[in-house]
Amino acid sequence: MPARSPDQRDPFSLPAAALWRPSATIETLRERARLVRSARAFLEARGLLEVQTPLLSRAASHEPHLASLAVPVQGEPAWLNTSPEYAMKRLLAVGSGPIFQFSTAFRDEPPGPLHNPEFTLLEWYRPTMGYRELLAEVQALILELAGPRDTLVIDYRQAFRRTLGLDPHRASLRRLREAAQTHGLVSTARRGPARAELLDFLYGAVMLPDLPGEAVIGITDFPVCQASLARIRPGRTPMAERFEVIWRGVELANGYQELTDYAGLLLRQAVDLNERRRHRRPCLPLDLRLNEAVAAGLPEGSGVALGFDRLVMLTLGKATLAEVLAFDHPRA
Amino acid sequence: MATFSTNQFKIGLKIMLDGDPYNILENEFVKPGKGQAFNRVRVRNLKTGRVLERTFKSGDTVEGADVADVDMQFLYSDGEFWHFMNPENFEQLQAGASAVADAAPWLKGEESCQVTLYNGAILTVAAPNTVVLQVVETDPGVRGDTATGGTKPAKLETGAMVKVPLFIENGELLKCDTRTGQYIGRARE
Repeated sequence: MPARSPDQRDPFSLPAAALWRPSATIETLRERARLVRSARAFLEARGLLEVQTPLLSRAASHEPHLASLAVPVQGEPAWLNTSPEYAMKRLLAVGSGPIFQFSTAFRDEPPGPLHNPEFTLLEWYRPTMGYRELLAEVQALILELAGPRDTLVIDYRQAFRRTLGLDPHRASLRRLREAAQTHGLVSTARRGPARAELLDFLYGAVMLPDLPGEAVIGITDFPVCQASLARIRPGRTPMAERFEVIWRGVELANGYQELTDYAGLLLRQAVDLNERRRHRRPCLPLDLRLNEAVAAGLPEGSGVALGFDRLVMLTLGKATLAEVLAFDHPRA
Repeated sequence: MATFSTNQFKIGLKIMLDGDPYNILENEFVKPGKGQAFNRVRVRNLKTGRVLERTFKSGDTVEGADVADVDMQFLYSDGEFWHFMNPENFEQLQAGASAVADAAPWLKGEESCQVTLYNGAILTVAAPNTVVLQVVETDPGVRGDTATGGTKPAKLETGAMVKVPLFIENGELLKCDTRTGQYIGRARE
């Protein structure tokens, strides 16, 4: 058996003495600061107000697949935010108008080339703007930072059909399972993977690698089981009014036509908590203040969260997040 | 046997898949922003050597493979079985031809080999990374030709064939890499 070469991407295998040093060069940090200034200028020129909301909240995320980090304050439970979404929506509900924020977000996930448990989200909200218009704005911001290149908007259903020959909205669970198995998904749990999980796998492992590499691509209109807090457009085939932005196969941004309907929000939370129970994730306190804000009235509009570290990484031609963070988690 | 959750996956972990033992070569965590997380792994089948890519839902569990690597000394082959000895307590164990298929062309005796045990028997044997063996058959050497970069085949005392530079003579000792099957250089012994 060949001797194993040390995994180059595993920072824990570095000699301990090297871990005090930054994971990014000072030159890269200078470039990063320039990109922050450009993004800020881009949004301010369009009339958005920069805000800052708490990183530490008395409520946790109800998203089925996000793990909030607990940081008790004076013995009272509190959690680090997984995104500034809930607090920013509470600002929208009192008439803040369009707002943006560079926010640190925390998710309990293993570090890797594209993941760091602590990262920077550039999140912004556009009352009165539709999600497709917002998608165009996200693409324009990326081009402003990364230089001119092609942009594309692709329908989730069309892209899925083209690479897999299946309709993501209508294909049976059995056919999705067969397709996932063909592409290497192993299921060991007694209960097989659910529809949303199969779609997540096929989307990430088969559909994204098949997209043209250099264009900044918007993918729109997701299956309803992946609506998250996006509005669902009714019709013969209901679809979630949601988009993702993909560049060089990397997921950069997630945007929604925001769900503004109070009963709809409560229903979505219940569905999410049910999923969390199924995955044996703790059901932490819901942000009831978000619910009150939505009951008071959230303006119809759209919002997006963009992984800013990833955008810096791709713009500067780097391969790992560590190279654009002063200190990645293993060095933190 | 123990079961392992995907968050215990690491390079070198031995797991069972479809009834065969596998070694994890690479483990990558992939997760859409809001979606299900997965572990994408590259695994080698320890019986056949085939390398596969598989994806697990993060949080799923997999049965561990009851596999251990031990260093054993190669003693001799009786034509049917290959005999190995634990140098610490002189226990002996025999391996079938398929388990030594990759290692056999490099073994002449007394080498310390990495032996993989599974299910009460030797599953595979790995030859030492480098070995020193004598040339028994090659075309006459071209004296002084160290520059043209030409090569010729040479047969070694164990039967292995390697490509060697033109200046190599019969009877010389050569150092070879058993993982790539390549000539490294003349051995000074």
